[in-house]
This record gives sequence, C-alpha cells and structure tokens, in this order.
Amino acid sequence: MKIHEYQAKELFQKYGVPIPRGKAAFDLDQAKAAAAGLGTFPVVVKAQIHAGGRGKGGGVKPAGSMAEVSAVAGSILGMTLVTHQTGPEGRLVRKVLVEEGLDIEKELYLSLLPDRSTAGVVIMASEAGGMDIEEVAAKTPEKIIKVQVNPLLGFQGYQARRLAYGLNLEADLVKLFIPMVTKLFKLFSDYDCSLVEINPLIITKDRKILALDAKMNFDDNALFRHKDIMAYRDTDEEDPSEVEASNYNLNYIKMDGNIGNMVNGAGLAMATMDIIKLAGAEPANFLDVGGGASAEMVENGFRIILSDPSVKGVLINIFGGILRCDILAQGVVEAARKVDVRVPVVIRMEGTNVEKGREILQASGLNLTVAEDLSDAAQKVAAVAKG
Amino acid sequence: MSIWVDRNTRLLVQGITGREGQFHTLQCRTYGTKVVGGVTPGKGGQEVEGIPVFNTVEQAVKETGANCSMIFVPPPFAADAILEAVDAGVPVIVAITEGIPVLDMMKVKNYLKTSSSRLIGPNCPGIITPGQCKIGIMPGPIHKPGPVGVVSRSGTLTYEVVHQLTLQGIGQSTCLGIGGDPVNGTNFIDCLSAFQQDPDTKGIVMVGEIGGAAEEEAADFITKHLTKPVVGFVAGLTAPPGRRMGHAGAIISGSSGTAQGKIEAMRGAGITVVENLGKLGAICKEVFNGF
Repeated sequence: MKIHEYQAKELFQKYGVPIPRGKAAFDLDQAKAAAAGLGTFPVVVKAQIHAGGRGKGGGVKPAGSMAEVSAVAGSILGMTLVTHQTGPEGRLVRKVLVEEGLDIEKELYLSLLPDRSTAGVVIMASEAGGMDIEEVAAKTPEKIIKVQVNPLLGFQGYQARRLAYGLNLEADLVKLFIPMVTKLFKLFSDYDCSLVEINPLIITKDRKILALDAKMNFDDNALFRHKDIMAYRDTDEEDPSEVEASNYNLNYIKMDGNIGNMVNGAGLAMATMDIIKLAGAEPANFLDVGGGASAEMVENGFRIILSDPSVKGVLINIFGGILRCDILAQGVVEAARKVDVRVPVVIRMEGTNVEKGREILQASGLNLTVAEDLSDAAQKVAAVAKG
Repeated sequence: MSIWVDRNTRLLVQGITGREGQFHTLQCRTYGTKVVGGVTPGKGGQEVEGIPVFNTVEQAVKETGANCSMIFVPPPFAADAILEAVDAGVPVIVAITEGIPVLDMMKVKNYLKTSSSRLIGPNCPGIITPGQCKIGIMPGPIHKPGPVGVVSRSGTLTYEVVHQLTLQGIGQSTCLGIGGDPVNGTNFIDCLSAFQQDPDTKGIVMVGEIGGAAEEEAADFITKHLTKPVVGFVAGLTAPPGRRMGHAGAIISGSSGTAQGKIEAMRGAGITVVENLGKLGAICKEVFNGF
C-alpha cells in the first residue's frame, strides 16, 4: 500500500526523523492558513499524489508571498498532474503540502527496502541525491553505498558508520546522520515497510539534515497488524474498479486491452493474459478469482470486467482441479444471467466432471462458447476481438 | 525415485482442524499419503477422522515419528508455526499459507540457515511424488508417475503444465511449487540440483514468472551444473511494470524482473523456453522424446 508524502512525514516526525516544518491542505483557504502558520517566506507548495516525478510535472512550486501562495496553490489544487509514473491520463491533485523553504547545501539519497534474494533489509545511500536512483545505479554504481541488515540481528552501529562515512559526511553531520538512519530502520521494521525512500535527503546551509521528500510503501500482507496505516489509505488515488474489486477480495488490475479475462490463480492469470496477446488481441485486465472460484466471485468478476466499456469479449479460464466443473459451470451461468452479459464469453475449464460442466454451459442458451483447451480458447477469443 | 518426499514420508498437518486444513488432509490421505498426526494448539487429544491431534509439534513428532509437516496455519501465526516445526527437527516443512508478512519470512529464512530443515513455500500448492504421496492442495488425478520433474512459482499454472504433460503421456518424478512470495524457503536452484541428482528424473520443466531474479540465477546454475534437458515457461510478458500481479513476489521493479529478461537468460542457458502455454505439452513431447 502506498501513502502520501505528508502522511509519511507524520510517521517520520513520530519517530524523530527531522523534516521541514509544514502542513497538509485540502483547499485554498487551508493552504493559505498553512503558509500563514509557518510565519516565513518563501514556502513550497507540493502536490500530494501517489506518484513520483511531481516536480518535473509542475506539481511542486515555491511561493515568496501570500499572494503567490494563492496563485500557486490555486493552480496546483485541481490540476491534472502528468508525470512519468502517472501515465498520460495523469492524476487529479486534491491535496497539497505547504512547507517552509530551506537553503540547501547538498542533496543526498537514502532508501530502505527488503531484498528478496538475501532475505535482509538493504539500506542504500548516495551522494547523488535528487536524481533518479536507477539512473545513478546504471551510470555511476560506485556512487551508491549499500549495507545488508540481517533481520534477526537488526541494524548495527558499524553499518550506520559505513553509510555515514561512505557519504563523506563531516563530523558534525555524522552525529546527526547516525541517529536519523537508526530511527528510520526502526520505523521500517515496526511498520512492515516495503519501501522507505528519501530523495532528496538534504544538508542545509545551517548544517542540519532533513528529509525533504518522503516515500513509504507498506507490505499489504502485514496491514492486519497496522490499523493506523490502513487509515491512511486514499482510494481517490486508486482505479475505481480496482477499489470495488478489493472490496470483494478479488485481485483485479485494469489494463488497456479489449479482452477481459477471469482466471483462478495468479500465475495462470498472467499466462492467460499472455496467450490472449499471442493470439493477436490485448488483455483488458488481470483478474484472479482465487482457488475456490465460487459463483459469487464469478458474478462480481463479471460485473467488474464489464464495467470497462472497451471490453469486447471475455475469456474465463478455470483450472478446477479439486473444484468440480459442473458446479463451476452452474455458477458461471447464474452469474451471466444476473449480470446480463452482452459480450461473447469463451470458457475454458478443466477439472473433475468437465464433460458435465460443458453440457451445462452449452445448454444454457447464453452467448457462451466452450473451448477445448488453452490454444483453442485463445483462438476463439482472438476471433471475437477481430469480429 | 523422487525428490524429498516419497511413500516413506510420514506427514504431520499443522492447522489440521481448520476447514481448509481438514479438507486437504483427507484429500492427501485418500491419495495414499501416510498422514500420522495433526497439530492445533488447544485441541490436543482430539482426532480428525482417526488422525490424532497434538498441542505442539514437538510432542507430535515424538509420538508419531513424523518426518514432514504441512502448514495450513493463518498468515498472522504461520511464521511461528514454521519456526515450531524447525525447532522440532522436522526435515521437510511445506507451507501452503498465502499472505505471510515479508518481514516475518525474512526472519524465518535467516533462522532456517542455522538448521537442517527444508522449507517448501510459503504461498505454494505443495509437493507431490505421483503414485506415492501428495503433500499439498494440488489435484491428485492429473498426475502420473514418470521421469520428468516439475518446479514452479505458481499453483494453478503448475496444474496446467502437469495436465498437459500427462495428456502427452509424460509422467512426473516429483512436482512442486516453490511459492509466489518474494521470500521463500526452497528456490529453483535447490530443486534443479535435487532433480539433477535424482537418477529417475530425466528431464525438468521449470515454470517462472515476473519479479525478482530467481529465474536468472537458476539459468546461471543450469549452465554450470545441469546435464538434463530443461523446458521453461515464464508468465507475465504482458504484465504492467510496478504492479503486483496477485502473487506478492510477482512485480516488475523498474527495469528488473521482466519476463523478457528471464526468457533471454533461460534461453542463454540452453533451456527450451515455450512462449505459447497451450503448446507446452507438445513441445515437452519433442524435447523429452525417448524417455
């Protein structure tokens, strides 16, 4: 799960990680009040959306007076911000963060993330702050310092020193950096983060270290033990059909194609999308209805897939195994009647009682085509896309 | 022959009294697996269809001589259940549970390094040696004993692959899912190495998906250490970057973890990579011709 910069900074503050003074604002009056509350100029107005590249897209602007705050916040609130991470359709800005402007001497980079291959937490730091870290890693890998933290041992003092001296910090800054990164590690572990990234981490002219930006992602599987993080969820930042799917416990991701698909199991769902593409069509979504694939799941799946107007056909691929195909077929027929499916549906199923299941589908009188196997299903669905 | 589990495996089920746990325990027993006991704290002394239930794994192992455990414990308590099995000295632990927090699994993984237990999963369908024993949630009847080892990061996708093999008359030595989570116990390399050493496995099917670098690492291992033919498949060519595709571990991060990159690495290692899943069985028939 992703959260906003201002929310991440609330958590930073709770853990004693230094941040600039600032306040979130949901409308123009609040933005002006936030600036007045800071009692200083310039301030910086920052669009709050769940995507990076906000500065380049025009979503982060300084303001030197209250009149400028009005103008800048007025233009950012309500704008559709397009960045390299939002896609061409962009994201509507509904909130801004108003912060004190600071005199920056140097920009650094710092991040923490789980490393799947070593089963440890990687802390990465670089003197090349404010830049895209993947680019730094590709062009100047020597500028990145990495330490691996064993989760059973926790973050060690020598690791903090390696980062601090690797960043070429002077003695006064080392003293500020070490407690800061130690607190960040505690925050990361306490909250089951899947990413904490500060880019840039700044050194100010008056020799302070602060998190100018803050990005935090959380492990969805651990949210059950972090109710306070769940409260940070902002469904405005998610696709409405994905929000609806998550309410039904369905795993749905919207895509740009015209062939909807519904599959049990994530791996098979990805493979089904791939075979749709191989057959010459484009998948409209990823949808994993889970191992059980109950009638209710199928019904909700239909509803969500068909809410996308570009869907011209649907492929259902269920490898039942223990699930009986006759029961599955009845579920599909009931669901298709309830939801009033108006596009052609190709169904491929496998498992116990598959023959009985196919009979039920064919006898339903609905626009359901039964496929023999995966290749056959892909060809039938491609024909739908072309027709 | 087979890897890790066979007709001598004595199975314990942690979480045996839950709905899923009970259902699949009985399915496993019907397939022929020797299910010797179950564990549910607080329900020691009870029975599930004649299978004795214990309060702790230690006690269950002592009483039954179990040498394998299958875990159906819910995610918040699953890491604890795995650690309990490790401390009781269970040699093979199969964790079916989906949704264990990554940080919990990172701790488990580091602790496992200090033990001799093997963990398969979590978030996996389990492991089956056709005709001998089934430890997991896969449908038994689609399998057939034979010479091909199957290893996969997925569940139903593995069933699809096995089904196609069986339809082509190609039987399997052992089939297992290593799980869809970013941190798992057994990886591709462990399985490939075991299949290479198993005299009755003549060929291998390896099914990967987007996210991480397990397929690339496996490809490197295959180049250096494998003499048996491998057929591969990677799911997720059409997956958008930055999105988790159902499995917690199936995500393209920046430019790493793409299906294209994995397919190239696998082809570079001499693996026959199938792009059209519908043709996998037929291609295996050609590659494994003569076993």
